Amino acid sequence: MNARFRILLPIASLAVLLAATFYMQPRAMSYFGLNLLFNLAVPIALATVAQMMIIMVNDIDLSVGTFVSFVACVTATYLNDAPLIGALILLAAIAGYAAIGALIELRQLPAIVVTLGMSFVWGGLAILILPSPGGTAPTWIRTIMTVKPPLVPMAIVASVLIAVIAHLLIMRTSSGALLRAVGGNARAVARSGWSLVRLKAAAYGLAGVFGAASGICLVGLTTSADANIALRYTLLSIAGVILGGGEFTGGRISPVGAVIGALTLALAGSFLSFMRLSPDWQIGAQGAILILVLSVRLLFARSNRKKGAAQ
Amino acid sequence: MSKAKFLSAVALVAATLPAAGFADTSDKRIALSNNYAGNSWRQAMLESWAKIGDQAVSDGVIAAADAFTTSENQATEQAAQIQNMILQGYDAIVINAASPTALNGAIAEACGAGITVVSFDGIVTEPCAWRIAVDFKEMGRQQVEYLAERIEDGGNLLEIRGLAGVFVDDEIHAGIAQGVEENDKFTIAGEVNGDWAQDVAQKAVAGILPSLPEIVGVVTQGGDGYGAAQAIKAAGRDTPIIVLGNRKDEMQWWAEQRDANGYETMSLSIAPGVSTLALWVAQQILDGAEVPKDLTVPFLTVTQDTLDEALESTPDGSVANVEYSLDDAKAVIAEAQ
Repeated sequence: MNARFRILLPIASLAVLLAATFYMQPRAMSYFGLNLLFNLAVPIALATVAQMMIIMVNDIDLSVGTFVSFVACVTATYLNDAPLIGALILLAAIAGYAAIGALIELRQLPAIVVTLGMSFVWGGLAILILPSPGGTAPTWIRTIMTVKPPLVPMAIVASVLIAVIAHLLIMRTSSGALLRAVGGNARAVARSGWSLVRLKAAAYGLAGVFGAASGICLVGLTTSADANIALRYTLLSIAGVILGGGEFTGGRISPVGAVIGALTLALAGSFLSFMRLSPDWQIGAQGAILILVLSVRLLFARSNRKKGAAQ
Repeated sequence: MSKAKFLSAVALVAATLPAAGFADTSDKRIALSNNYAGNSWRQAMLESWAKIGDQAVSDGVIAAADAFTTSENQATEQAAQIQNMILQGYDAIVINAASPTALNGAIAEACGAGITVVSFDGIVTEPCAWRIAVDFKEMGRQQVEYLAERIEDGGNLLEIRGLAGVFVDDEIHAGIAQGVEENDKFTIAGEVNGDWAQDVAQKAVAGILPSLPEIVGVVTQGGDGYGAAQAIKAAGRDTPIIVLGNRKDEMQWWAEQRDANGYETMSLSIAPGVSTLALWVAQQILDGAEVPKDLTVPFLTVTQDTLDEALESTPDGSVANVEYSLDDAKAVIAEAQ
């Protein structure tokens, strides 16, 4: 499946789901409604882009959810009370993320194990910083997340912005191409003289940056934090990347697709809730939507391959 | 307060208050946002909501009382659920929250859209929402007070605590400590964590018993009384007064003991039907009544006299329940004013 085609399916799934949601709940078809539908998808989109950076280099990150929770706790406490210390903690955390990437490459460790271990570290740190739910969102992030731009609601503007930035960063720069190449053929990259340790550290560092942004945005929406606030993001972000046309291997990812994937997942939850589906069925139904999209993708891929063989 | 006493208080209040009712709520729609349904207490809570809500709808008091439970017990998901409810155009949202703080943004959105928000059990800190809270401290204090009435000479108590590090455990413990301070004829001779589970409590009590002097009473947090009784029986000791927590197995054991040797105790907990109290409070606010932002849930106390009745109405593996009426809600509101 070529890159241009890769993006069509996520867009189509989002459009179909959006049409169905508007049909079920016409009230959603407004400035106010769109914002309510999608504003909680903004931090999910950021976490998904973070996960995409890791999947891009053929690894998987099981600590995204706890990392975002940790950042949320820092944002609601230090970043609000002592902005300088808060910013330093966040920078240190991002550096920590990069260091983990370097360590994984240096010692040839399985990322799935290291990040699973790190998820407990981040979770523990979050509880240390905020033992009981609370804290206050800094005014500036609250202002940003509740801003009401003319014509298009904040949630949509933010999603487009995230998609464009991630796209330019990964698809349009030479370093972005290099990072994707690590996922595609790491050995070739190493043989042509690049340091894999540095590249992996860069990919993980980028994931840390987007993860931190996700936590900060989340607190801007919720107004305060909780050490368990974003645990779901780990699985949501992986699903978002795959739903958006990414693949687990080969550096084949799509930043725009990842953002659309995150929006689709968030919308799927609302759609099922509007359908008044019993919660017992909701997890299953969300899974069914995922499987449906993936099987459509598989069908496309197969017919493409057939076409390729015939030519 | 017993149900009978409670109702007489209601009657008194109803007689003294002018008839409240300023607006018509028959076209108002109320939604329940619930974060978890995985235990018997929550199941009973949802059943009570459905029963009373459907009744209110068919009586024409309100237009809808829909219950929604998130598929995972996560604050972000519940925030999204609340935002969906805003879109669905509900007039009031009743919440049992996954987090006291992480929903505040979504709740502020709801308030901004002119929606009445009432939280109960798992309450929220957002100032625009109403809170129906449980006074866990009082729950601990009342246990010691009851024992003080029953045991004139005082003596040693065994305290069974809940899950370490959880807010509820700290609160009940603080209440018990306060009760013991007020009644200095008692001393806490031992303290174990029963984790609100009969099997854990039984093991913990069996472990500490050999090191303890004679025990006259056991104060508990609910879900642990039956296990304690089994452990004490196995150690060959006389059964002290064990304060129970309204679980079916506890009440069954109590009834057996009562029939065999006239055993007397009391049992208290929060009824899952508190969801229906929240429903009526929301209805009252929509009705235009003046309601203070902080209300307190009355305890459901089972006494020697009401044991058979409670036992009969409680399904196996569940906890004693009571559904609240509109008048009960008015009484709770009046008490808080």
